[in-house]
Amino acid sequence: MSNHLSRRAFIKGGLAAAAALTASRLPLPNAVKGASSTELATLIDIRKCIGCGACVEACQSTNEAKFPEPKKPFPKMYPSRVKVSDWSDNRYETDRLTPYNWLFIQEATVVVDGEERTLTIPRRCMHCQNPPCADLCPWGAARKLENGITLIHPDICLGGSKCKEVCPWHIPQRQTGVGLYLDLLPSLAGNGVMYKCDRCYNRVAEGKLPACIEACPEGVQKIGPRDEILKEAHAIAREINGYIYGETENGGTNTIYVSPVPFKDINRAMEKGPGRPHLRPVENAMAHADNLAKAMVIAPIAGIAAAAARFLKRADRRAVAEKKEDPS
Amino acid sequence: MNSALSMPPGKWVRRLFVFLFAVMAFTGFGQMPIFNRYYVSDIPGMGWSADFYFTHTIHYVGASILLGLFGYLVTDYVLSVRRRYRLTIPGIIRVFLLIGIVLTGIFRVLKNLPDVTFSPAFTMFIDIAHLGFMMIYLFSALAFMMTKKGWVRERTATPS
Repeated sequence: MSNHLSRRAFIKGGLAAAAALTASRLPLPNAVKGASSTELATLIDIRKCIGCGACVEACQSTNEAKFPEPKKPFPKMYPSRVKVSDWSDNRYETDRLTPYNWLFIQEATVVVDGEERTLTIPRRCMHCQNPPCADLCPWGAARKLENGITLIHPDICLGGSKCKEVCPWHIPQRQTGVGLYLDLLPSLAGNGVMYKCDRCYNRVAEGKLPACIEACPEGVQKIGPRDEILKEAHAIAREINGYIYGETENGGTNTIYVSPVPFKDINRAMEKGPGRPHLRPVENAMAHADNLAKAMVIAPIAGIAAAAARFLKRADRRAVAEKKEDPS
Repeated sequence: MNSALSMPPGKWVRRLFVFLFAVMAFTGFGQMPIFNRYYVSDIPGMGWSADFYFTHTIHYVGASILLGLFGYLVTDYVLSVRRRYRLTIPGIIRVFLLIGIVLTGIFRVLKNLPDVTFSPAFTMFIDIAHLGFMMIYLFSALAFMMTKKGWVRERTATPS
């Protein structure tokens, strides 16, 4: 030990430095569970879809009890830029996503094997592995379940539409005049409830298939553990010299599409806009949070180390000064 | 003990702390969809306030700096400041509220990591508790500032 440093100062500073080191190795709490091993994904083989709409009908009839029944007239909302979003009079519209239509068939006329063909593609929530809608929902209304389903709780959602804005595909759709906001400050905060595919979480919990998968006469969709679904998707893609969408999009989703033509061609050919999501490549929207989380682990350790170093340095300087004053 | 060793944080630390807290409060409230609704993002130069990803990034960066500062201040207090100063009751209240903010914030960050799933009830609890602790902290900090209640007080010598 340095002659300049008192034992007490050394131990205190050393303990602080050790605490900083130990903190960097703390394990995650037990409440934190890795979810990927238990996540279920769906495989959508675009080649097989004939666009019959059986999945759309099954989705609507199965989930009818979950659909909004808004109270009218709607409360006046302030400021005036806040617009009512009312689909209750168009609840049977099926050519886009709405609060009453969580799955629709998108069409794209493309060239397949030298022939022009109209592909029909079932579209709904992608059920991301790290969903920004659930991560960034300020109330915890949007949440991800351990089986990979992302859903929005209609009794908690205030309809602020943040989930739609942060969703790379802008999937959730709002219905005004329903939900918790009516009991809080209906004129000043909230605007209804956001709705989207919940992959029939209640049916899945009972061991049943999601309605769209069960109703499909062509076996377009499959559901299973994500790694198995991915294996199958890659096998099909290899066999048909095809393409996969959803494996890496937004860091990985639990909806995997397989197509005989590149998705950029499909995306170019299909109608896109509100309620009609794209099929573009998507960067991981939450990558910034993953990277910055590491900085958050290092920051307090750096702070502790800086304070400990400052303490030791000053104590050392003080010991030198004392020695000079009293050389004996 | 040299008195310079055991001084409470200086003016620059306090200014940094207040600035960081203002940034965290603004970007934290910005996680609610209110800045666009209430024209804040319409103010020239404030368009970024309605960008949820941008405010989220700023919130994370601010949290990192704040955690570094907390690590420094707590260690500094334990190693030297507490020799001459002790936390006042308002100081202890603020420390507890800050612990609440930091703990719920840590779970919030964990929740946003890939492959991490919390139960829906726990997710909602940490979301609302984080906001609640912050609101209580802001109001109490304002009250303590108005009544000039400091964080620490110099220890009085014990009569022998």
